[in-house]
Formats: sequence, C-alpha cells, structure tokens
Amino acid sequence: MGAAEAPLLATARNGRELVFVGNGRWVAGQGRALEGSVDAALAEVASGASETARIDLSGVRSLDTLGAVVLDRLLQALDKANIRFQIVGLERRFRPLLDDIIKGSHAHPPRRRRVNPILGGIQLIGKTMASTAEDGLALLSFIGAVVAALLRVLVRPLSFRFTSMIYHLERTGLRAVPIVALITFLIGCIIAQQGIFHFRKFGATTYVVDMVGILTLRELGVLIVSIMVAGRSGSAFTAELGSMRMREEVDALRVMGFDPNEVLVLPRLIALIIAVPLLTFIGNMCALFGGGLVVWLYGGISPEIFITRLQEAIALNTFEVGMIKAPFMAAIIGLIACMEGMRVGGSAESLGAHTTASVVKAIFLVIVVDGLFAMFFAAIDM
Amino acid sequence: MQVDSATQASNGAVPEVAPGEPIIHVRDLVVGFGERTILKGLSLDVMRGEILGFVGASGGGKSVLTRTILGLVPKRAGTVAVFGQDLDGLTFEGRRALEQRWGVLFQQGALFSSLSVRQNIQFPMREYLDLSQGLMDELTIAKLEMVGLTADAAEKAPSELSGGMIKRAALARALALDPEILFLDEPTSGLDPIGAGEFDELIATLQQTLGLTVFMVTHDLDSLHTVCDRIAALADGKVVAVGPIDTMLASKHPWVSAYFHGKRARAAGFGSEGAR
Repeated sequence: MGAAEAPLLATARNGRELVFVGNGRWVAGQGRALEGSVDAALAEVASGASETARIDLSGVRSLDTLGAVVLDRLLQALDKANIRFQIVGLERRFRPLLDDIIKGSHAHPPRRRRVNPILGGIQLIGKTMASTAEDGLALLSFIGAVVAALLRVLVRPLSFRFTSMIYHLERTGLRAVPIVALITFLIGCIIAQQGIFHFRKFGATTYVVDMVGILTLRELGVLIVSIMVAGRSGSAFTAELGSMRMREEVDALRVMGFDPNEVLVLPRLIALIIAVPLLTFIGNMCALFGGGLVVWLYGGISPEIFITRLQEAIALNTFEVGMIKAPFMAAIIGLIACMEGMRVGGSAESLGAHTTASVVKAIFLVIVVDGLFAMFFAAIDM
Repeated sequence: MQVDSATQASNGAVPEVAPGEPIIHVRDLVVGFGERTILKGLSLDVMRGEILGFVGASGGGKSVLTRTILGLVPKRAGTVAVFGQDLDGLTFEGRRALEQRWGVLFQQGALFSSLSVRQNIQFPMREYLDLSQGLMDELTIAKLEMVGLTADAAEKAPSELSGGMIKRAALARALALDPEILFLDEPTSGLDPIGAGEFDELIATLQQTLGLTVFMVTHDLDSLHTVCDRIAALADGKVVAVGPIDTMLASKHPWVSAYFHGKRARAAGFGSEGAR
C-alpha cells in the first residue's frame, strides 16, 4: 500500500498556477480525510493570486460518488474564483461519474429551522389543545357515523354481519375468559387478604366479606375487565383496522359500495357490548370465589358463614350497579379502538401511535366514566 | 475513525474478483418451505459488470432466489458465493463488510416510513461511514439527482411520494454506499410504460457510471430487451436457459419458448421478426 502513503490531495503553487495532485482511494470510507484535504485546498484557492489550476489525478486509484462530490467542491470553488482549470490523468472509467456529479444542481437540502425552546413549548401546548379538541370532535362524528350505520342495520336487519359478529364475540369474549378469570380471582384473593390483615386488629374480620362483596361487584370487577379488554381487544381492533387502512382495504370496501362502519366497526362494537357484561359477570364470580377462598383459608371463616354474611352485606342492586356499567364501558372501548384504527395514516409509526392512543384513551375514559357513574348512583341512592 | 479503518480493511483485504470471474456464484441450490421445494438444484453465475435479467413464472421462486442470495431465506443445500466468498463461511464482521458492497431495491421500495427520504438515504451512511453532516447532505442530493429526483424530495416522507418516486428514492438508498452489486426486485412493476422505460434507462446509465453489476428480477419484456446483457430463465426450480436474447429465442424449453414467443413478447419486438 505504498501509494496510499501519499496525501489524498496535495497542493502546490507554481508561479500563478495552482497544482493539485490527487492520490490514493477517493472513496466514502475515506470521507473525513478527503473532506479535510479538499477543504485545505479550498483555503489555498481562496487565498487568491492564481489564474490557472492544474488538477493531476493520475494517482487516484478509485473514485466513488463521494469522491466525485468532494472533487466537485474543489471545481466549484475554482469556478467561483475565476480560475481556469484542467483535469489531467483521471482514468477514463471515472469520467462519466464525475461528469454526472458536475452536471448536478448543487442544491442544498433545506435547512431545518431552529425553534426557540420557549416558543416551541408554547406552540406544543397550543397544538396539543387543538388536537385534543379535534379528537373530541372526531369521536363525536365517529359516534354519529356508527349510530347512522346502526340505524340502517335496524331497518334492514338482514344486512347485519352476523357471522363476523360471532367471530369477534369468540375472540374478544370466549378467548378472554381464562385470563379474565385468573386476574379477577387473584384480585379477589388480594383484597380479602389485605382486609383480613388490617381488620383483624379491630376484631372486625367478618366485615371483610362485606368489603370484598361490595368492592368487587360495584367497582373492581367491571373496571378490571374493562382495562383487560381495552388492552387485549381494543389494541387488536385498532391494529387490524389500521393495517387494513394502510393497505387500502378500507377504501376497497368503500368503492364496492359498503360502509366500512357497517362492515368492520359495527360487528366489533356489538360483539364487545355483548362480551364485556358476560366477562364482568364471570370476573365478579371469580373475584368472590377468590375472596371466599382466602377468607376461609387465611381468615378462618367457613364458606357457609361467608355466604350468609355475603347475603346480608349485598343486595341485588350492588350487583346491578356493576353490571349496568359494563355495556357502556364496552361501547367506549370499542368506539375509541375503531376510531383510532380508522385514523391510521400511511406509516408504520402512525399505526403504533394510534394503537397506543387507543389503549390509553380507552382506559382513561373508562375510569372517568366510572367516576361519573359513581356520582350518578349516589344521587339516585342505588 | 474506527469505522474508517474497518471500511478500508473490508475494501482492501476482501479478495477482489478478477474480470471474467463470476461475482455471484450459485451452485446446486435447494430451497423449500415445509413440504414444498421451490428451488431444486439451481445453478447460476453472474459476471462482473453485466446486467442479468432473471425471468420465471409468478410464484416460481425468482424472489426466493434473490432472498436466498441475500441471506433472508435459509437454504437446504448448495452453495452461494458472492465476491468469491462462500456466504456460509463468513464471520459476522465479514458478513457486515460484504453487505456494504451490495444494494437492494425491494419491490415495494421498503423505505422506512418513519424517516424522511433524506434520512432514509443517510441511514446506511451514518452507520458505516464517518462523514460530516454537510458532506452527507451534499452526497444525498447527488444520489437523488443521479436517480432522477430533485432536492425538494429530500425532506418528504415516503407516504407523500408517488409509486415511481418511491422506486427512485429506494434506488438512491440502495446506492447510498456505492455498492458493487445492485439487486433489483421487479424494478418496473407498478410503473407506467414511460416511467418504466425511463427507469430502464436510468439503470443502464447508472450501471455505466458506477460500474455496477446488476441482478434484476423482472417480468418486463421491454426491460429484458433494452437493458439486459444476459437473461436467465427459471422453470421447475432450475435455470433452464441462460444467455443473450438470441439464446432465449432459440430455446426449445416449452416455458421459455412460450414466454419469448407469446403475444406480448411479439408486441415488445421479440420473436416474429427475429431478435433486436
């Protein structure tokens, strides 16, 4: 590699003539070194007092696009300084590439503008507010479109995609049973254990049954199930609809005269509205079972006493309060998930962002609505 | 600087292929999925500096061959050597060095949708080269203009580009590291005939300018006619004919003969009035 020892570009001055001698490999791997040599040569050009230049490239053994771009920098600088130049010794095979680069427009990519961090922050707040308002409007208009689709289906019940609905019912309902049962069972166990541990100090162990019964039936059963469903089925809905949008499948439906809301959204939504109350019921029973088990094994309260105590502690309306909420939660999860799916744009990133948004918004709204329901039921004394 | 020396080493130490030697050398390749065997002992050589067109029936394994050479699909038997190196015998570093010397244009472009065109092209540069941002930007514009796009396209997202522009931007990315071999998977599919013709010309020009070896999977009879030096035809999991157009026209293999003597082939100027 003897030749490589010579500098990539050496500059010399011969009277009023500048002499550049290029050597070695003018390739991308040498990027920094090449740029450095050429920039040094540019400084020489800028120092003035030259009329002609000779660029001897007979030592250049290879030249790739980067080499040509860097060389072009030098040629442009010479041009600008009104120095006539000639290139000698460049191997014939490199000529087309160099010509191609010289022909180029030498445009610079538009610089990204630097944003003042304070202004940027204010801008971000504004944008977030606007997009939140837009989200609200989008949700309203989406609910409108879905209700319109629902009304059309009610007028012509035969057009309802029953098979699709059953399919989604299986996926979101039946297949969620094991995990929902396990989680609510564990939640029931934990509440009972904590209750016994702390209530024991007051000698009020039997009240644990009241707490487990009311807490799971009124609040926790439906909340846990909703959160599980939002994470499990809501995200799946968004991802499915989103990738269908990305691959123009939704547009295909539309041009064939189908309403995507009717074909894709309605079966999912109705399947969810049926599935969540069923899952909530299963979840409630499992939580009570778990609570009863721990109360028996850890608190020493026998199942008979547990059942009797439970009957006294809860009324039918405790159970109803939980169950009434379930279909509303399902509708919220389904609507948010489908709306986010339908808003996915062209990129993979957008799919990810909307799937995240779907789960986060659904869980957030489920909890907010649960709070509203708590106020409502308190007001009507239920 | 580390990157610098690594690239130098890879460019210097890797055995060069002498002219006339195959740059891609495939022998007795068997590839299958589950019960189905797609390639049944396929052999093919691609010479340095040529444009090889690869034709075959849809679903016949054209893309599978490309993907096997690129190492995306595991093979069951046979050898694949690129630049005279058996791909099985390569270390991780050797493989990385080799992957800088080829560029791939996927059928749908495969531009990273979360990055702008400029970022897409600079993605491999950032990883493998040590360049200043200014030089990288200049180089990006040079590449974009080489493939017939303007500087305005640089800041666009892939989703804002038309089909033809996606292909061109993806080609610019494939050329980012000045590869020696360019793999093209159906480069003209989805382009209108004028766009396809321009793309063919572009590939021929780039091949001349950059001294590329081009392996092109295609269905486009016009591409085969105008830019390919040699054609290889795949049927029944093997290469049944390979050579210039004349060899294809003279082939007795039923599929090859049907392909090059069909109605569409005649429309493209093959067959009836003889070659070229």
